[in-house]
Amino acid sequence: MAKVPESKKTIATIPIVPIRAKIVMSNILFVVLAFYFLSAYVTQAYPNRFIQGLPIALEFVYKDLFPPNWGYTNKVLSSLVETWNIALLATTLAAIFALPLSFLASSNINKNAVLYQFIRFFLNIIRTIPELILAVVLIAFIGLGALAGVGALFIFSLGILAKLISETIEAIDPNPLEAIRATGGNVIQVIWYGVMPQLLPHYTSYSLYVLEINVRASVVLGFVGAGGIGLILKHQLALFNFANVSTIVLMTFFAVTIIDFISNRVRERLV
Amino acid sequence: MIEFRNVSLTYPNGHQGLKNVNVKINPGEFIVVVGLSGAGKSTFIRSINQLVKPTDGELIIDGKNTLKYKERELKEMRKNIGMIFQNYNLVNRMSVLRNVLTGRLGHTSTIRSLFGLFSQEDKELAMNSLSRVNISEKAYTRADQLSGGQQQRVSIARALTQQPKYILADEPVASLDPPTSHIVMKDLKRINREDGITTIINLHFIDMAMEYADRIIGMRAGEIVFDGPVSTVTEKTFEQIYGRPIKEDDLRGSDDE
Repeated sequence: MAKVPESKKTIATIPIVPIRAKIVMSNILFVVLAFYFLSAYVTQAYPNRFIQGLPIALEFVYKDLFPPNWGYTNKVLSSLVETWNIALLATTLAAIFALPLSFLASSNINKNAVLYQFIRFFLNIIRTIPELILAVVLIAFIGLGALAGVGALFIFSLGILAKLISETIEAIDPNPLEAIRATGGNVIQVIWYGVMPQLLPHYTSYSLYVLEINVRASVVLGFVGAGGIGLILKHQLALFNFANVSTIVLMTFFAVTIIDFISNRVRERLV
Repeated sequence: MIEFRNVSLTYPNGHQGLKNVNVKINPGEFIVVVGLSGAGKSTFIRSINQLVKPTDGELIIDGKNTLKYKERELKEMRKNIGMIFQNYNLVNRMSVLRNVLTGRLGHTSTIRSLFGLFSQEDKELAMNSLSRVNISEKAYTRADQLSGGQQQRVSIARALTQQPKYILADEPVASLDPPTSHIVMKDLKRINREDGITTIINLHFIDMAMEYADRIIGMRAGEIVFDGPVSTVTEKTFEQIYGRPIKEDDLRGSDDE
């Protein structure tokens, strides 16, 4: 082992990574690190602040949150059902509307470059609007309540789903499509018999995934008045009714976990 | 009848797939197109149903210049041309029967096909096609559960179900082992004889071309360098077409192994 330096004396060692690439990569690494330090400094995210705050947080948990008010269960349950319904309705509508949009946003199906770019642009715009903003705007239009939540999540999930589905369509095996085109099938027949069978498991899986996201998102949307569990959570917090708050938090946690678990199991079996 | 008149095809990248091709294909013929890979065999065959579109010349099918066709006429023409691919090109997640029924899509309205409402005759036709290639017992199996040879026979059944006037086959046995290759070629030959369907097949195996073809067309660098009945073809002819001596790889081997 100690004799290794011998070989080092022989002229240039052969680098695995070229020197230039090494310099470029280290520079990138330094820039990225600099960004981390900058963001930690700006947000004052210093670890000691967490340690200082920990006793206060613990006291809050065992003095205020504990014990949960189980008498409040029924009210929480009906709000949870509303949250679920908001998510289910928004996801289903989005899944239906995302499908034709996805075909228009796939370059291998939609050969009209102008329309393709327009649809892509439209979907990008939709995706850049946070669901909270959508909810606030919709509440202004149709008033407080679950319907605004459904609308906000519908638009939000439409953007995600169309993006995911159109990318899957673009990665599809083109050979069966060619075969169906060669039998004299039109575009719709090529889509229905060539693309859909390949797409279906992915489509279902993405829709379930978006349903999971929407259940969680609709909890947040309640905070701005778009119905569901978030609405009562906000009220109880405002009233400092922490026993009720902890009932809400616990039950929401279980509901979301169960939904995620079932959805994950189904998705595993699909693809 | 299919007739190429001064047909040329230049790909967008500048590569010339076909150079001034002139050839007549008569009804009922069983033609094998041979040549090295890249010689333009595939381009030649795909020009006929315009999966690739020639850039020059006239391609006359049944008396009409198909290169002038609009989308609607093109689909009408494709209904009459069955195609078989090297990689079978079945829809993997669909049953064999559904795959074969896609051969009827050209004859089925969009609405009916969206709901899978194929007519009773179409279903009978599909089952009949499957039994003609001896695979009807697999009708309800998913296509991706079949072996390569079985999948290729399903794709022949799909082409048959179109009730085509012409069948094109682009390297139909290149992905198969020798015994299976012979089964597939025999199926194609039998259908050609029984139904009188004009059949044009790309192959690069010399022995198979000699065994099954009525007429051989040789291609090199996008040009037809040989065209004649199989009786006039010798090993010399192939050496001329390939531009080099014959090698072991150019032979598929006989089917009695």
